[in-house]
Amino acid sequence: MPLIFDIAITHIAGRGRQTLVAVIGVAVGVGFSIAMAALMQGGQDDFVRQLVDTMPHVDITDEQRTARRQPAEDAFATVAISGLRPRDDRRGIINPTAATSWLESWIPGRFATSLKTQGVIRYSSREVGAAIIGIEPERESGVSPIVGNFVEGSFSALSAGGNNVLIGDTMASRLGAGFGDTITAVSSEGLTRNFKIAGLFHTGTTARDEGEAYVLLKNAQILSARPNAINEIRIKLNDPNRAPAVAQRAEAELGYKAVAWQEANESILEALVVRNVIMYTVVGAIMLVAGFGIYNIISTITHEKARDIAIMKSLGFPESDMRRLFLLEGVVIGAAGSVLGGLLGVSMTYALSLVRFEIAATGQEMTQLPIAWSLMHYVIASAFALGSAAVAGYLPARRAARLNPVEIIRGAS
Amino acid sequence: MSALIETEKLTRVLPETVPVTLVKDITLAINEREFVAVTGPSGSGKSSLLYLLGLLDRPTAGTLRIGGRDTEPMNERERARTRLSMLGFVFQFHFLLPEFTARENVEIPMRKLGRLARPQMRERAGELLSSLGLGEHLDKRPDQLSGGQRQRVAVARSLANDPPLILADEPTGSLDSKSSEQVFAILENLVRERGKTVVAVTHDLDMAARMDRRFHIVDGKIG
Repeated sequence: MPLIFDIAITHIAGRGRQTLVAVIGVAVGVGFSIAMAALMQGGQDDFVRQLVDTMPHVDITDEQRTARRQPAEDAFATVAISGLRPRDDRRGIINPTAATSWLESWIPGRFATSLKTQGVIRYSSREVGAAIIGIEPERESGVSPIVGNFVEGSFSALSAGGNNVLIGDTMASRLGAGFGDTITAVSSEGLTRNFKIAGLFHTGTTARDEGEAYVLLKNAQILSARPNAINEIRIKLNDPNRAPAVAQRAEAELGYKAVAWQEANESILEALVVRNVIMYTVVGAIMLVAGFGIYNIISTITHEKARDIAIMKSLGFPESDMRRLFLLEGVVIGAAGSVLGGLLGVSMTYALSLVRFEIAATGQEMTQLPIAWSLMHYVIASAFALGSAAVAGYLPARRAARLNPVEIIRGAS
Repeated sequence: MSALIETEKLTRVLPETVPVTLVKDITLAINEREFVAVTGPSGSGKSSLLYLLGLLDRPTAGTLRIGGRDTEPMNERERARTRLSMLGFVFQFHFLLPEFTARENVEIPMRKLGRLARPQMRERAGELLSSLGLGEHLDKRPDQLSGGQRQRVAVARSLANDPPLILADEPTGSLDSKSSEQVFAILENLVRERGKTVVAVTHDLDMAARMDRRFHIVDGKIG
């Protein structure tokens, strides 16, 4: 064992109780930081996963980011044109077949086309406002969040054809309708059509369970009097992180607004970043407190070992050795605390993962705490601990190195 | 014989509000294999001179050469290295590291210098302690030894790296007469048998009289 390390270990072992308190201080800080990071990261991952799972990774709609230039603006060199009466274009994605063929050729994932229209669902004397979404079941099954969430009936019931509709269980209970009942859909165009409830889904997302009704694309086109029209293409990618690039390319080619899930949830993702900053600030504060404990013990050791410092200097140890010695003592305490804290962190994280409870009041269900097991949490917490230990050890170490051995020897004589 | 230590007008003044002169204009030369006493009343500057000679303190004026080398341009690391390889200290109090055994205390300067392998260091530490009559106390810590035994461990430690010069500050000052005599005999033996140079600060004029040369210091000057 190197001499300085040997002396450092002897010093801190000689102050067993104080060393233990300092090590426990660091360990508790590291342990709680790890458990907190696991919980917060788990919550964040779970939140993002739900976000990513329940919405398309890229959503192409029949909107444009900027107002279309009027032909008159292109034809005449004018400063301003007033009194224009733009042609009332029919909404929808123009030439959907070409668009889908092009997407099919390169999209690394799946996509589905649909026609969404606003309307009202009636049953008996009750009415519920709803988004009536016309879909192609084969394509939809690859992107839809409702496919695996049926409480009655199934998604495949739509593929059977006919006037079937799939609605959320919350909408059904608001209408007082049940599986197999026939409801009436009224579109914003004023057209009506009867549909038989062929499935009830429950996704846990209130807006969806209460406000969406899925019918065949063909039926939605009839209901909205827009034959062959679609107004939305929803894309699910194999790698959700590629969504911004895919959206950019699709928008550039098709000319319609393509929104990646990251863009749609920008403010939420920003809030998560802020949350992480807050978390690591708290971790830093915990480690700062632990650092004070280390500072205290190293400071006490250097004070008590002033005579030993003088002896070692008289033997031929340079100042740098004294600095290294006490810095090492701080780092050893920090390292011991990190190891112990790592074990504490594992135990606490495991204990948290066993906590189970249920919240089903608002449709959002959660049966256990979301936990993320990540080596990075241990690395970051240990780095914080070692960093604060090094600083806490360095300050008294620098003072010890500057001690004048003659003054100490004279004082002891 | 060549001079191991040479000083010329060596002066040390403490920069207090009213400057305090510890050592003033001391010029001396100490040869190899000499047994030299530094005597003088309390506060005369004997120990201050020894700390200057041992490179623990820096002079405010004058020059100091050890082994023919001027110490003025040496930085802190070079001074420490010189202390480690060329000087051995014995203080009035043993100043052993309390957590380490007698053998480990003697090994520490050797480990710092790193000239020998660990087994050789261990063997040499054992031999040094045995030669000073401590063969049965190798693995005892300082608090398990008597005052005389601790001082002998300190002497063994000062010899660990086989330095040519031993500086002793009142080496028998805290010992009874029997232990004092033992330690004196050891120091004398270092000069006569091992060819070391020993410079010892002492109050004991009888002891000083038995040494080769004496410097009497009064008010920081050689009287």
